[in-house]
Amino acid sequence: MSAALLPHPLFAGFAGAFEFIFSKQESSVTGGKKVGGLEQVLELSWTQIEVSLLALAVAMLIALPLGLYFGHKGAGELVAVGLGNAGRAIPELALLAFVAAIVGVGVVPLVGALAVLGIPPILTNTFVGIRQVDRATVDAARGVGMTEFEIMRKVELPMAVPSIMTGVRGASINIIATATIAPLVGVVTLGDFILGENVYGVDGVVAGAMVTAILALLFEFALAGLQRRLTSRGLRLQPQ
Amino acid sequence: MRFNQKKPLLALVMLIAALALAVGVSACGGGDSSSSSESTEAEEATAPEETGEETEKEEPAEEGEEAEAGAEAITSDPANAKVSLTIGSKNFPEQEILGEIYAQALSAAGYKAKSDLSLGSETVALKTLKAGQISGYPEYASTALTSFFGLEPEEVPSDATEAWEKANAEFEKEGLEAFEPTPFASANAVGLLKSTAEKYNLKTISDLEGVSEKLSLYGSPECRQRIDCLAGLEKLYGLKFKEFKPVDISLRYTVLEKGQADLSILFTTDPQLAAESEKFVILEDDKKVFPAGNIIFVTSKKVAEKAGPDYEKTILNVQKGLTLEVMQELDARVELEKQTPKEAAAAYLEAAGYVE
Repeated sequence: MSAALLPHPLFAGFAGAFEFIFSKQESSVTGGKKVGGLEQVLELSWTQIEVSLLALAVAMLIALPLGLYFGHKGAGELVAVGLGNAGRAIPELALLAFVAAIVGVGVVPLVGALAVLGIPPILTNTFVGIRQVDRATVDAARGVGMTEFEIMRKVELPMAVPSIMTGVRGASINIIATATIAPLVGVVTLGDFILGENVYGVDGVVAGAMVTAILALLFEFALAGLQRRLTSRGLRLQPQ
Repeated sequence: MRFNQKKPLLALVMLIAALALAVGVSACGGGDSSSSSESTEAEEATAPEETGEETEKEEPAEEGEEAEAGAEAITSDPANAKVSLTIGSKNFPEQEILGEIYAQALSAAGYKAKSDLSLGSETVALKTLKAGQISGYPEYASTALTSFFGLEPEEVPSDATEAWEKANAEFEKEGLEAFEPTPFASANAVGLLKSTAEKYNLKTISDLEGVSEKLSLYGSPECRQRIDCLAGLEKLYGLKFKEFKPVDISLRYTVLEKGQADLSILFTTDPQLAAESEKFVILEDDKKVFPAGNIIFVTSKKVAEKAGPDYEKTILNVQKGLTLEVMQELDARVELEKQTPKEAAAAYLEAAGYVE
């Protein structure tokens, strides 16, 4: 990728980052060993994807049942929405430092701390999604003899899918972007490029940020596709 | 309706939610309040010092005077007031303390000096200096030689003056200059619990041969690739570790205490090494992978000319008292007693007799 392809001077800073991603670069502090290159970028990206997926799964395991339950009951709005909003205010770095001081470092505390980041959007959107299901529809379902569990599973959940998935997508972006702080607690993700400027240079820092952004977009596309598949045909927006 | 019969379940769910919220809030509070509690703690710490901790406060003064009789009081020259200086430092405690010491001393000499203690890495610090955003900052001579000028760790002269001259010659080519080094030197070191060292009978890093495969090593994220860190241990000592885990620098003792790390990269100026010598030990670096670096104050020639002779004089004067013991004591004030770097620096200047 040459600088000629990126004519605007604003993009000049990115040319080095592209080179960093695709070919190994000299570093002044490694004793001659080259750094960067596609192999290392892919290796670190893969770790970042792994921990992000784990954290997203944990967040969903916690937030989905809670949101479904409170949404169905129509109770606990204060808890669901309040918890959601309070959760957004937690500074992740402080949380990670807190967890590291108590539990120690490694994948488990990292995934825990990242999951905390994913819970608020999933919880709030699930709760709201379920609440928005037309009460007349729910009453009709009850009228034809569905149990409460069946109402949740067959009526409320499918109708709330778009809202729930919005929450999941928001959570995934939060998580994958924040997974760059993982090298502070023992897991080498793309954050290694961002935190190690002395080793990787500014190009490495920019490359780390760029690849992270690309990963976030990939997650977004994948989940958007999943959302289309999960949404029942009757609910899909039809092109006019 | 079925759910109504499960009130205990609801209660449990609510409890878990409340607990999660409490943990979240306390974590958040812990992070947020650390700065505010720091300042209150620090105030408390300085207040009784006037009366109760008098002896401790005297310590740097005595040592400073013992080491170097030339700690003369800084006199303010009103002519300096027209020169504004910004003293930088990298963003960890020892650097921040040094940045503050230089900034406060220059203020005492009459300069309009302020500090900017947030530079993330030496690369950033050097760039900021070259761009003229800071007037100067303290750097370890060894770091300058290996990181800026491409020396291998074993090529760094062990003599402080020699290392400074070598670095200064390189800096001069770029329109910069470095002042003479501090008395103390700092280096990375492989640290471990005393019990681990006794178990495997370890005294030097070479002793790790044959054992290191069973041991985990923790260090800062960039340690992994650095020749004066993990890469050097692997290349120059030929060691292979069970695993290397990157952690935030502030966790370097926590991971040892928690038993997660067998070995951790420490600094020789760490106050914990002096305060808890029964608990933590460091291995002798017999093949010189971790070059020791004295602090040299790096500035641009332009700034030095504009600021006049008092600039260099003040800096060399104020760093005379910075022996290893004094630096460890100052690090302890910030890292263990949670004083701010600003307070620790002020206490040093006062106790060593530089300011009234």
